[in-house]
Amino acid sequence: MPAYSEKVMEHFMNPRNVGEIENPDGVGEVGNPVCGDMMTFYIKVKDNHLDDVKFKTFGCGAAIAVSSMVSEMAKGKTLKEAMKITPRLVADELDGLPKQKFHCSNLGAQALQKAIKDYLSKKKAEGGKE
Amino acid sequence: MRKVYLDNAATTPLLSEVSEAMIPYLGEVFGNPSSLHDWGDTAREAVEAARAQVAQLIGADAEEIIFTGSGTESNNFAIKGLALAQQTKGKHVVVSAIEHFSVLHSARTMEKWGFELSLVPVDKYGVVDPEDVRKSLRKDTVLVSVMHANGEVGTIEPIQEIARITRENNVVFHTDAVAATGTLPVDIKELGIDALSLAGNQFYGPKGVGALWLRRGVRIMPLLDGGVQEGGRRAGTENVPAIVGLGKAAELAATNIAARLKHLTPLRDHLLTELPSKIEHVLITGHPQNRLPGHASFCIEFIEGESMLMMLNNQGVAVSSGSACTSKALKASHILIAMGIPHELAQGSLLFSFGMDSTLEDVDYVLEVLPPIVDRLRQMSPLYSKFIKTSKGGK
Ligand code: FES
Repeated sequence: MPAYSEKVMEHFMNPRNVGEIENPDGVGEVGNPVCGDMMTFYIKVKDNHLDDVKFKTFGCGAAIAVSSMVSEMAKGKTLKEAMKITPRLVADELDGLPKQKFHCSNLGAQALQKAIKDYLSKKKAEGGKE
Repeated sequence: MRKVYLDNAATTPLLSEVSEAMIPYLGEVFGNPSSLHDWGDTAREAVEAARAQVAQLIGADAEEIIFTGSGTESNNFAIKGLALAQQTKGKHVVVSAIEHFSVLHSARTMEKWGFELSLVPVDKYGVVDPEDVRKSLRKDTVLVSVMHANGEVGTIEPIQEIARITRENNVVFHTDAVAATGTLPVDIKELGIDALSLAGNQFYGPKGVGALWLRRGVRIMPLLDGGVQEGGRRAGTENVPAIVGLGKAAELAATNIAARLKHLTPLRDHLLTELPSKIEHVLITGHPQNRLPGHASFCIEFIEGESMLMMLNNQGVAVSSGSACTSKALKASHILIAMGIPHELAQGSLLFSFGMDSTLEDVDYVLEVLPPIVDRLRQMSPLYSKFIKTSKGGK
């Protein structure tokens, strides 16, 4: 087993916010180009804040812990703040990741940002219609 | 909590008879086998006794055994040493696509050194077709290497048939029998081969010691130059305690091989039949019957191996996986890919390898703790939810 921090193990064993959101405001799906894994984030937006964040992950222990941590960090943040969540920040919050697992933390931040962008582009499209 | 070690393919435990045999050589018997005095003589006699024990396990002559530092070294030595020794004859090497990295990467190194390499494919069970070996042979082929049994998917290869073909064509044939020796009866005369690798920690001997058996008269280029240990073919002061341990482990394997088969086979078969009945969407990897006795391997769809390993470890169960995420190189197992298993499915690889300490209760424990783990991970998996949605939509 890779040398995971206690925090990673804790999030892995008890991941927060697993699941899907019905009629989400945004969805972000990313594949891990390194090992072929997959992560999907669902968001619900209210007053420009992330009202709810949920995820599904097909991947290693680190990927699951990363998704859980990202969802926790993002929840309640404004969209702008949430866009600032970087892989580095996520890894730091998890008390570090083994070197060969750092790429898994890219996935989490990317999937969340993609979900937010999805929301923004949908909103723009709707705005255009009005 | 119950502790269940089912990773004997990684390493078997050391038998107490073996460690007891080694202890004097970690203490009072410390001489260098090359020395010309009593101290040296005692150590040399111990090494020679071990050589005879290892030879007996595979039906060879003692002087045909070369001790090495590991199965990996034996394989490196065989591929590089046998190819280099024959380079005036030709520069073409043939290995199967599912070899251990110590064979495959050695063959790749030979490519860099100006040899040409052909990889023989396998079928969906990981079996090499001997006719494919025949087709790959050329005038300048000097070496064929196909493993005896695959440690990751358990499949046993048709070594005898391949050896018949290489003999007809006068090509040296090496087999990596690291996963097979000590578990299956292995007899070099019956197999009709020229060289064979084995390793101590695969059959209850110590780590850090292996052997290469080389048929008398087959030439090899040493990889380690120095003194004239091991008949001048492998220099370096012998690791006497480890060699003594390997010898003892070989002796025990030779006497107990039938009992081992009898103990391990039902455990394997129990898991192979029960797991797919308890968990949906499971593929057995490797040959369903013609496989190592203590070896059951699967791919569990929609989820990834490392996360299963971690959750199983949390329940006291030790297994391994060939998923990309569990590999340091972050690549899916080349063995599963060579068998035509898609990358996604290969991510769910899980390998159970039983040992003489394993019991039927251990298998039942796995059958109890694994399904909820699979369930949990599938609930988290976007692939699984996609699958559920599309299969529902199809109805
Ligand atoms: S998701 Fe594959 S290594 Fe983390």
